[in-house]
Amino acid sequence: MRWCWRERNRTDVPTLNHYLVLSAVLFAIGTAGVFVRRNLITILLSIEIMLNAVNLTFVAFGRALGSADGQIIVFFVMTVAAAEAAVGLAIVISLFRHQESLNPDSFTALRW
Amino acid sequence: MLLLIPLLPLLGFLVNAGYGRRLTKGVSGAVACAVIIGSFLISALMVWRLLGLVPEERVIQQQVFNWIASGDLTVGFTFRLDPLSAVMILVVSGIGSLIHIYSTAYMHEETDSEYARYFSYLNLFAAFMLVLVLGSNFVVMFVGWEGVGLCSYLLIGFWYQKKSASDAGKKAFIVNRIGDFGFILGVFLIFVRFGTLEFSEVARAVSELSSETAFGTLSLTTLLLFIGATGKSAQIPLYVWLPDAMEGPTPVSALIHAATMVTAGVYMIGRNAALFSHTPETLAVVAVVGIATALMAGTIGLVQTDIKRVLAYSTVSQLGYMFLAMGVGAFAGGIFHLYTHAFFKALLFLGSGAVIHALHGEQDLRKMGGLKKDLPITYWTFLIGAIAIAGVPGLAGFFSKDEILFRTFAGGHTVLWSIGLITSLLTAIYMFRLVFLAFHGAPQHPAPAHPAPAHPAPAHPTPGTSTQHPAPSTQHPLHLHDAPAPMAVALIVLAVGSVLAGYVGLPAALGGGDWFGRFLEPSFHVEAAHDGAEHGVELTLMLVSSGVAIAGIGIAAYFFLRNRAAADALAARFSGVHRLLANKYYVDEIYDAAIVQPIRITSQEGLWKIVDVKIIDGAVNGTGLSVSGWSQLLRRLQTGSVRAYAASLFVGVVTILGYYLWR
Repeated sequence: MRWCWRERNRTDVPTLNHYLVLSAVLFAIGTAGVFVRRNLITILLSIEIMLNAVNLTFVAFGRALGSADGQIIVFFVMTVAAAEAAVGLAIVISLFRHQESLNPDSFTALRW
Repeated sequence: MLLLIPLLPLLGFLVNAGYGRRLTKGVSGAVACAVIIGSFLISALMVWRLLGLVPEERVIQQQVFNWIASGDLTVGFTFRLDPLSAVMILVVSGIGSLIHIYSTAYMHEETDSEYARYFSYLNLFAAFMLVLVLGSNFVVMFVGWEGVGLCSYLLIGFWYQKKSASDAGKKAFIVNRIGDFGFILGVFLIFVRFGTLEFSEVARAVSELSSETAFGTLSLTTLLLFIGATGKSAQIPLYVWLPDAMEGPTPVSALIHAATMVTAGVYMIGRNAALFSHTPETLAVVAVVGIATALMAGTIGLVQTDIKRVLAYSTVSQLGYMFLAMGVGAFAGGIFHLYTHAFFKALLFLGSGAVIHALHGEQDLRKMGGLKKDLPITYWTFLIGAIAIAGVPGLAGFFSKDEILFRTFAGGHTVLWSIGLITSLLTAIYMFRLVFLAFHGAPQHPAPAHPAPAHPAPAHPTPGTSTQHPAPSTQHPLHLHDAPAPMAVALIVLAVGSVLAGYVGLPAALGGGDWFGRFLEPSFHVEAAHDGAEHGVELTLMLVSSGVAIAGIGIAAYFFLRNRAAADALAARFSGVHRLLANKYYVDEIYDAAIVQPIRITSQEGLWKIVDVKIIDGAVNGTGLSVSGWSQLLRRLQTGSVRAYAASLFVGVVTILGYYLWR
């Protein structure tokens, strides 16, 4: 533990790999949330986590390569995410009004 | 000016086709006659101008527009008047005018719109026929060639409610198609070989070649062109449509199926005389086919009982003569016969039309007889036509037929000449059989006790609804009215022509200068064989053929005038031969069994029931069935569960990424 702490002290900032590992972990958590949870709102939140994991990757790469492109794309992603959240929540509300349920497995009318 | 010649009849066609329903018979008939007569006058004027030129330079050409310009191929819509087309336009527009005038009376029982339809077709035919003979290259000629075929079809099937008429129209059209296929292949070969389609340039190019001794490209080309001619001009093996074409109105038979359209094949060979004379092989085929057709049709003509069919077989036979002339290289002789034949055969057809008109549609010779007294104009003009075609000296047919026989003999084709002589005998016999059966002897048509209703309806050329001749004379059936004025005029003019037309080609042996032959010579681009020394031979041959003609008339007089029982006895004695001839050598039946039925059976049992139903429909329906079958399986994948979709999406992304990471 000590050498770890020393190692950490030796470098001022975390390296690119740290950011990537973190973002991968966040993305995995989000994905798992989407598949495992049975509440539509939670699923939407999990999707937000996945998006932010990707945002983190963009920013980290942008910083590592010394370019602003990553941050610019992140702005776009955030905008889209806001729109998506608005639409998604609206759908969720109308679904709830329809069936008094938030379980995605109860909405299977669109099938053969 | 040349353009006006075919354009005027075309205008007449447009008027009658467009406004015909609203025009009275008088107006539409007058329009149709006026345009064709106008066309004749312009033709005469142009020919007069042509005659004013030096014989070697007698060509008037007019390019209407440049039609096709594509790579090496340049085709102008060009008209060309030279001595050959001069003869043709005068025949087409001149005889055409007379037949138009005749038709105004003959078709008078039709309703207004039918009447206009008839004249619009007739005008359209004249326009196309004039394009055919005036065209300066194969393409323009082909336009006319197909156009007259179309009009022939329309006019044969004019009374289309009658099944036999519409069948005959289709038969004519389809049989002609076979010939046209050969013709167009020949035209393609000419373009490949010479790089041009202009008649004059082909003739010039071919005159630099030596004639083809063995069978080669040129022979193939001319043979293909000749196949086209056999279709259009009703020669073996494609002659079968012409006798059936008699289902059309009689003036149509006179104009299209005797005087003009059927001679298009002869004209085409004359037009390409330079080409044909370089291929002796083809010429031999032409001559043999011609004489075989002449003989065959002549024998069939002996026993036919329908007045128009006798004339139809006579036409086939005379066309055979023209091809014989072409085949032995007597191009001028063939065209001369075409020209005289147009007069007397049109006359004979119009005469038979007058008989049919008077008898309210009766065409069966056995039911005629004794018409001489009641139809004097018809009788005398018909008699002149019959004498002319039989080849009695002094009338048109004698000069032209004799010219052909003499050229055949002089060319050393003794066998062909003797068959030609036999055919000439047959011609005289069947023509005078017709005259004697129709106009002499006791009347065979219904007696006064059985007025009009007893008239045999089946032979009536019109369908029952539009009775052609409501017959003002029904109360008094023995009162037969002779040809009305327009018909009489046409008959008399043609009769005069049948007497005099031959004198323009009076042979040198009789003190003439063969003016017609010398006039035509520049058109053929072939040096004619001048044989001034053989006048003695020619005179002898003339005597022989005159003797044959008179003998034929005598035989006909004996059997059909003096002793009709003898004719029946002869028919009974040789009943096998008689049946063979009466059934036209069973050619229609043979064609039906050998060609029509196999095609029909292959089409129906093979192409329809197997290829179309099983293979083509099977492939189309099979595609649909397999799609719907697979869909039955695949639709199970659409569960409606969003999570399942997301899972498959995720698995897919992981698989693809994994593939790229670890490959």
